[in-house]
Amino acid sequence: MASNSSDRQRVAQHRLRIITGHLQRPADGDADIQAAECKAQETKPNVASSEGRTMPRRRQEIMKWNGWGYSDSKFLYNKKGQAEFTGKRYKLSGLIIPALKDWMEGTFGASLQHKTPATPILNTSAVQPPTLNEAFVDEIKSTGIPFSHDPEDRVFRAHGHCLHEIFALREGKIGRVPDMVIWPSCHNDVVKIVELACKHNVCLIPFGGGTSVSSALECPPEETRTIVSLDTSQMNRILWIDEKNLTAHVEAGIIGQDLERLLNESGYCTGHEPDSMEFSSLGGWVATRASGMKKNIYGNIEDLVVHVKMVTPRGVIEKGCQGPRMSTGPDIHHFIMGSEGTLGVVTEVTMKIRPIPEYQKYGSVVFPNFEQGVACLREVARQRCAPASIRLMDNEQFQFGHALKPQVSSIFTSFLDGLKKFYITKFKGFDSNRLCVATLLFEGDREKVLQHEKQVYDIAAKFGGLAAGEDNGQRGYMLTFVIAYLRDLGMDYYVIGESFETSVPWDRVLDICRNVKARIVRECKDKGVQFPPLSTCRVTQTYDAGACVYFYFAFNYRGLSDPVHVYEQVEHAAREEILANGGSLSHHHGVGKLRKEWMRETVSDVGLGMIKSVKDYVDPNNIFGNRNLL
Amino acid sequence: MTNTYRNFGIVVQHNEEDFVDILEERRLSSDLGFAFRTFSPQPYKGGPPCTGVELHRAVMDSQYLRYVTKEVAAETGSSEQEVREEVCGILKEMSQNLQLPFIRLMGYIFTKVFKRLFSAIFVNMEGLSAVSSVQRRLSEQLPSIQHGKNLQQAAQEHPVILMPNHRSYVDFLVISYILFSYDIPVPVIAAGIRLAGVKIIGEILRRSGAFYIRRAIRSDKLYWAVLSEYVQTIVRKGFAPLEFYIEGYRSRTLKSLPPKLGMMQMVLEPFFKSEVYDITLLPISISYDRVLEESLLAQELLGFPKPRESIMGLLKASRVLQESYGSMHVNFGRPLSVRQLCEGKINRCYYNLTPRDLPQKPSPEAQACVSWLAHLMVRLQEDGSLIRPWSLMSCLLLQVPASVLAEEGLPWQQLTDKTLWLRKLALDFGAHLNWPEHISDLDVMSSTVALHRTVVHRKAGRVYLVREGEPERRRPVSPEEGLMRTATAALMLASYRNQCLHVFTRPAMLAAAVSVTRSTQRDELLAYFCFLQDVFSNEFVFIPGRCSQDFEEACSLLKKCGAVHVSQHDVTFSESGLEVLSFLQELLKPFIDSYLLMFRYLCEEADHIFIEKQFLQAVRTWATSLILSGELHTYEALSSNIQKNVLSALQRLGAVMRMKTSENNEYKVNKAAVRRAADTLLGKMRPQSLQAAPDARL
Repeated sequence: MASNSSDRQRVAQHRLRIITGHLQRPADGDADIQAAECKAQETKPNVASSEGRTMPRRRQEIMKWNGWGYSDSKFLYNKKGQAEFTGKRYKLSGLIIPALKDWMEGTFGASLQHKTPATPILNTSAVQPPTLNEAFVDEIKSTGIPFSHDPEDRVFRAHGHCLHEIFALREGKIGRVPDMVIWPSCHNDVVKIVELACKHNVCLIPFGGGTSVSSALECPPEETRTIVSLDTSQMNRILWIDEKNLTAHVEAGIIGQDLERLLNESGYCTGHEPDSMEFSSLGGWVATRASGMKKNIYGNIEDLVVHVKMVTPRGVIEKGCQGPRMSTGPDIHHFIMGSEGTLGVVTEVTMKIRPIPEYQKYGSVVFPNFEQGVACLREVARQRCAPASIRLMDNEQFQFGHALKPQVSSIFTSFLDGLKKFYITKFKGFDSNRLCVATLLFEGDREKVLQHEKQVYDIAAKFGGLAAGEDNGQRGYMLTFVIAYLRDLGMDYYVIGESFETSVPWDRVLDICRNVKARIVRECKDKGVQFPPLSTCRVTQTYDAGACVYFYFAFNYRGLSDPVHVYEQVEHAAREEILANGGSLSHHHGVGKLRKEWMRETVSDVGLGMIKSVKDYVDPNNIFGNRNLL
Repeated sequence: MTNTYRNFGIVVQHNEEDFVDILEERRLSSDLGFAFRTFSPQPYKGGPPCTGVELHRAVMDSQYLRYVTKEVAAETGSSEQEVREEVCGILKEMSQNLQLPFIRLMGYIFTKVFKRLFSAIFVNMEGLSAVSSVQRRLSEQLPSIQHGKNLQQAAQEHPVILMPNHRSYVDFLVISYILFSYDIPVPVIAAGIRLAGVKIIGEILRRSGAFYIRRAIRSDKLYWAVLSEYVQTIVRKGFAPLEFYIEGYRSRTLKSLPPKLGMMQMVLEPFFKSEVYDITLLPISISYDRVLEESLLAQELLGFPKPRESIMGLLKASRVLQESYGSMHVNFGRPLSVRQLCEGKINRCYYNLTPRDLPQKPSPEAQACVSWLAHLMVRLQEDGSLIRPWSLMSCLLLQVPASVLAEEGLPWQQLTDKTLWLRKLALDFGAHLNWPEHISDLDVMSSTVALHRTVVHRKAGRVYLVREGEPERRRPVSPEEGLMRTATAALMLASYRNQCLHVFTRPAMLAAAVSVTRSTQRDELLAYFCFLQDVFSNEFVFIPGRCSQDFEEACSLLKKCGAVHVSQHDVTFSESGLEVLSFLQELLKPFIDSYLLMFRYLCEEADHIFIEKQFLQAVRTWATSLILSGELHTYEALSSNIQKNVLSALQRLGAVMRMKTSENNEYKVNKAAVRRAADTLLGKMRPQSLQAAPDARL
């Protein structure tokens, strides 16, 4: 028994290291992780406390109010003019990134001389005083659920992470913000809040992790009622784990990293790892139809969810059993998933869990060009042997990845790097301006992983791919988490940018990548952008019938009077191009308010009518009035 | 001087450019040295070149051809393997096999030949090579249809389609020759299958980039599919520009021909299907002082068979090398972006719900867009061609009855005065003239007439029409024979007139409307104007659906030269415009007269059902007799080109039906409808709104 539990303990620790591997510094000497491990010894799985949770009520205490992520972590140029990543949380933390400066100057024509610093602190006088529905406030008070009218709290919940939202914050411009923030701590609190909201006709906007990139959290400026931001972050317990059926019942406010950490302590994981998992919440995933990096093994959110409870103005919606699949008319989960906060608040979710995989291995493959890389991914999908994750970066991103290499400590490593480069470009004849890299992540039994790895590398070899080592792969995944921080650095130096995604049938992948990238370049030129933009893409997910493609787009806006407007015009054009190329409106970011103009052509008139009639039934008074989707 | 194509509904900055004689350098240096010059074109998007074999394989492996193969196998009952072999055979017959050594060989031979034939080959340099970087940066900031790009840059970014007009066999490789000289990837060229049959030459051309297309392939599903895939693969891969003649074939009349749409559709489809980001269209206007085949063309129009393309034919034709043909102009237009041209016209989502490889009909909007673009390209070719003094003189010479011109001649003084007057009018109408400035106008005209001594000769202050073969013939000629000899010269004159006809077409139609309708009301004039466009849309090129804009253009041009007053409801001719008016009316008269003649023939003489061949012969005989009797003044009614155009026009008007079942082009005529058309043309009836069926042929 003792050995058993220590076994599990060991597995859990190992798993922890893996999961935090691409997020955090090595576990040794890291206080945070130590603490979590201690707790795992003490707590039984079904009595999870809120200690050790990452997200406090006053998020601004640990997170930036006008940028991405933790306040202590950011890129900056030090006194020597070298790029550096601060803090202690990530692998890259505290390291010098010598090539970044040249890359930024070379790619964007940015320079350290031209700075555009952000407003350092929130000017609370710029925040409109709250319009409060006194009767509602009084009744809330009597329930004892904590709430706040503090300007900082309200501003924090008035935005997601679209470029225009962050840009405005950096300039100190504040638009319509919620009048009040409320923190329910359980399902019943939410039921009470929704009831009162209906009674007093106030507008509720659910708020999970705040990582939206679809303008979903923006308060509709035309809203005259009191807007209440319903922050789910304190509903963050794992209520029970069912080891027989491998499910866990979790409160929907829990953020990804906490969910994963707590499950790990019991030897389990969900395997759901969207790029935003450090901050995004379970409820948010359900409400936006999120997708995780390792969906090839674990599935997307719709595959993971077994049972959902949502509080709506009409009451609580949930299924009556936990059957793994049902033929009972249209699946009501599909009214909930992707509802983007327009119908109610997801409060509790039962989701599948898996034992922590025994072994995890990164990998990477270099292809002579993007075409070959896509062909390889297509073949991998055809043979249905995709590893947990397989992503293909184009040449620009490959170069970008190189620019983010931290300073190498030994001459030996740099010598090895040089040798590798020589081998690939000179010996194998790859053109360094055309080659591209796929990053891989394998998970499972050690033996199976190795076997699987061989199968994938064999396929890659058929398309001219060369194995390029674990380091490159791991760095690729690490970049996913720091790239959002990088945008803040860019914005300090006249560079603005964003990413957006789509899904597309296989035969169109190459065409859509080429055309959208070209369209971005063309539009930038037409809109008067003075410098060539960065326009790059990667294929991030494979499916039987298609793939998910991510575009990154950024430019130096020096000389433009209204850069955000230009940015929005270009992004709009890029989305038009995506649709014209047979791509979807969104693979996992959602529609929000940013993309709702295209909903009609996306789902047809009747489809839109269906969604609308559900809304009309569930929420006739538009209590959940964030005006997303429709 | 700048000129915009505003009239075509798009805005293209068009700068008058300096032409450079590319032969000048060739005359100074070694021909062999030129042939072996380092040829290093910038590759397309840094991509690798594609050999003939690779292209062949890509086409064979295409999903589209696999579908079609299956379909055809099922329809014909043969095995898929057999159909595949057939596909392979078609491809073999079609494929180009572009090889640099043959380009060099061609470079060598052409230098020799061109130097002998032409005094100069003028090319507008700016359309070709790099403009200065400062200029480029400036123009890139202008959100206009083109971005200061020239061919060299365009060829690196998007697939380029070279679209020259086709006036002479000499055109065929001249573009390749020029591109070779300027380090631009040499094109693959669509050519008629008959050239492939010429021993040795066919193969040399193949290796210089020619690929061969059969004629009349609309009904051959498999062939169409192979060609379509072949062309689209070339466009998708973009390794070399694609050159094709939008007019379909060599214009026998030197007039622009209505575009063929099939090839254009194939070329544009990769853009419609989002398989390429953009396609660059480049109109090219080739114009000659004197066309090598001038008399052959005229004779062909008169019904003498065209000599088959063969080695012997080529050797026999080598006597043309003895003569002088003046200069040749190759005017590269501004590259046009298909993406920008199609904006708002094409919804590319059309292909979202079916596999793009599946054989499917293009959407109606795509068909309309293809037709519009094709017509636009021909109009741009017209716009870019340089008009010679001889062309203007031909207009004037044709307004004198041919027999008078042959026997009594025209006073030189009268011709030169009138030519100078016409030059001014042409310039007013926006024509690009090639009128040398450094020599006196009289010298220009004298040397022009001297160059064209096969058509006219000058004697004692008068200009006479040359009757071919006159000196040698001793025996008395029959009136018919004499007429044919005059006709040859008259049709040659007509051809040279045709080179500048597009400048005057629209104002001339307005002039005709004024004289026929005897009305000043805008509406009435417009109705007749549009009727003329319908009738003459095989004769002249009109962009579909732009009738009222064309009318406006005609009004504004005539207003500009002071010939009309235009108010909101009326168009009235001024006294001073009489000369212009009568010139324009005379210009169009041969066409109207010829059409009326044939309408009359169909009403009075023809059977209800006739064969095309019989019709051509009968009309010719009838017209001959009418000319001899002095009833008909134009020789153009003898031209098989006009005769065929009349048939097409009547088909479009629904007055003549082509019988579907017949093999030898049988037609059925609706005499009442023909009579109506004739009456309308004569102004006896108001034009009814005519439904012009979309003309979708290759």
